[in-house]
Amino acid sequence: MATQTRSLPGVATTARRSEGVWRDAFGRLRKNKLAIIGAVGVLLLLFAGLFGPMLAPWEYQAQDLQAITANGSEPLAPFQDMTHPLGTDQLGRDILSRLLDGAQVSMTVAFVVQLVVLFIGVPLGAIAGWFGGRIDTYLMRITDVFYAFPDLLFIILMSVAFRETWFGRALNGVLLVFVAIGLTSWVTVARLIRGQLLSLKETEFVEAARAIGVSDRNIVTRHLLPNAIGPVIVAVTLGIPTAILAEATLAYIGIGVQPPRASWGTLISEGQPFIRSYPWLTLFPGILIATALMSFTFLGDGLRDALDPKLKGKQ
Amino acid sequence: MAGFVLRRILWLIPVLFVVSLITFALMHAVPGGPWDREKPLNPGTVQRLNEIYGLNKPIWEQYLNWFVGMLLLDFGPSYQFRDRDVNDILAAGWPITVQLGLMTFIVAVGIGIPLGIFAALGHNRWPDYIATTVSMVGIATPSFVLAILLIVIFSVGLDWFPSRGWVSLDKFPKDPVGAARTWVLPVIALAGYQIAQIARYTRASMLEVTRKDYVRTAHSKGVRNSAVVVRHMIRNALIPVVTILGPIFAFLVTGSFIVEQFFGIPGIGRNYIAAIFQRDYSMIMATTVIYAFAVAFLNFIVDVLYAYIDPRIRYS
Repeated sequence: MATQTRSLPGVATTARRSEGVWRDAFGRLRKNKLAIIGAVGVLLLLFAGLFGPMLAPWEYQAQDLQAITANGSEPLAPFQDMTHPLGTDQLGRDILSRLLDGAQVSMTVAFVVQLVVLFIGVPLGAIAGWFGGRIDTYLMRITDVFYAFPDLLFIILMSVAFRETWFGRALNGVLLVFVAIGLTSWVTVARLIRGQLLSLKETEFVEAARAIGVSDRNIVTRHLLPNAIGPVIVAVTLGIPTAILAEATLAYIGIGVQPPRASWGTLISEGQPFIRSYPWLTLFPGILIATALMSFTFLGDGLRDALDPKLKGKQ
Repeated sequence: MAGFVLRRILWLIPVLFVVSLITFALMHAVPGGPWDREKPLNPGTVQRLNEIYGLNKPIWEQYLNWFVGMLLLDFGPSYQFRDRDVNDILAAGWPITVQLGLMTFIVAVGIGIPLGIFAALGHNRWPDYIATTVSMVGIATPSFVLAILLIVIFSVGLDWFPSRGWVSLDKFPKDPVGAARTWVLPVIALAGYQIAQIARYTRASMLEVTRKDYVRTAHSKGVRNSAVVVRHMIRNALIPVVTILGPIFAFLVTGSFIVEQFFGIPGIGRNYIAAIFQRDYSMIMATTVIYAFAVAFLNFIVDVLYAYIDPRIRYS
């Protein structure tokens, strides 16, 4: 091999800088069509979650009784009357506004749960990976138990156990949903961080940092964690659809977000008895859940391929 | 190998212990109990009920009683049905859940594995694109969204299948078509995600095998293409796929709350949801522990099976 780098004819070379890893990853991500579709979907959902309630034509719990009375006590069908673009439910509540409120619930759950996950998973994983030995063994046994505990059962149990307390009622039950889902999902991140730290702490640059007297704490926070961040970003992005689905499932069963707030799961369970007469009541929230899951999954898969090209196509 | 098997079996005990302890603690952590009604019962009745069911004893003693009972496979009385104990409820619900799970498993494996092989053999051509797109969409479509779509299309629109209900296996001989019609939609709704997952995994595993030396050797010594695919590629590619089949199987035979609830199937998942609203302690404990046990046990079986299929794997 020549020591000097030469560009091959017809092959574009990219300039390497210190932030090259991220630049390369972004370049790869941009070429991935599915990931871009996912990213666009995520941005739209985020926009709906942030500004939806302001854009919504009606209040999510407002009942337009005149409209359904005029319609022979039937809910309005989509596109029937442009004051309710996606129609109303049997109580005269505007579907579009309720879906937008649901988007806010879903997006909040998606991101806050990941914060809970990072808040628990990163420190525990870092402690286990860095100190090793007995602390590591204990922490890993704890994660084993959490793995064995069926996720959905745990979330349901927590939600039911604390439903009647102040904690369960806070923010219409949303806070409890955050914590319950977060508690089941931190294990993956903790294990990931631990594994990364275990392999990274044996590398030369850590040895070099030690040799010049950098403190343990700085080695972990400045050198090790930044190097472990790629897989964590991927895990967090791919954890979001799981959280959205768990929230929708809880709401569907009737123990998640409490009425009158509308979660997509609540909308489905409210609409289900009328699925023969008014299928759109369940169809719209269902489609939105699928869209949200697909967007985050596509983006997460794209990020994984972009950040670690070696893994491409293996999962 | 014997040591490995023994250690894995012993590990099940602390897992079950901790899972049941957490469940027990959560159920008793907050005020309220199985006798809460819209119209409160009079205190004397509650006291009497607590005495009969042993709920007036100290918490640790209640737990101990329950744990000993569980080891003897007696999960105690149900608090929501006066005349049945948990074993009766489980005996009624579980066969239905297992039947649904088994049918789904067969469908998922039967479609997922061929789809993955089909995609890998047509790598980067149209079979691959179609199969990959199908599995991408499948992975992102949760069972209840799929259930909605299926009901709207095949039940409301075409009226081929009922949108709710379940005819159990013992009534099958009387009306085979009618019974089977109630099974189709729940099975597909539950299988969609699993098909996608299995197909994705099989495809990746097949592609991995395609690049192996022994496949090239087989080709170069003139073995027919179909023989290479069947004898060399598929056989080796399916080894890693077995690992994901364990958890999938465990998930399916322990029931899907959502699909059972959605289609009104009287299986274990729907009973669990009912139990949780009624604070039926013993039912909740039994279901959670059995579920955790099934997952841990099937994972263990898969590990052993894995060593058996692939002799290169050694457990130390």
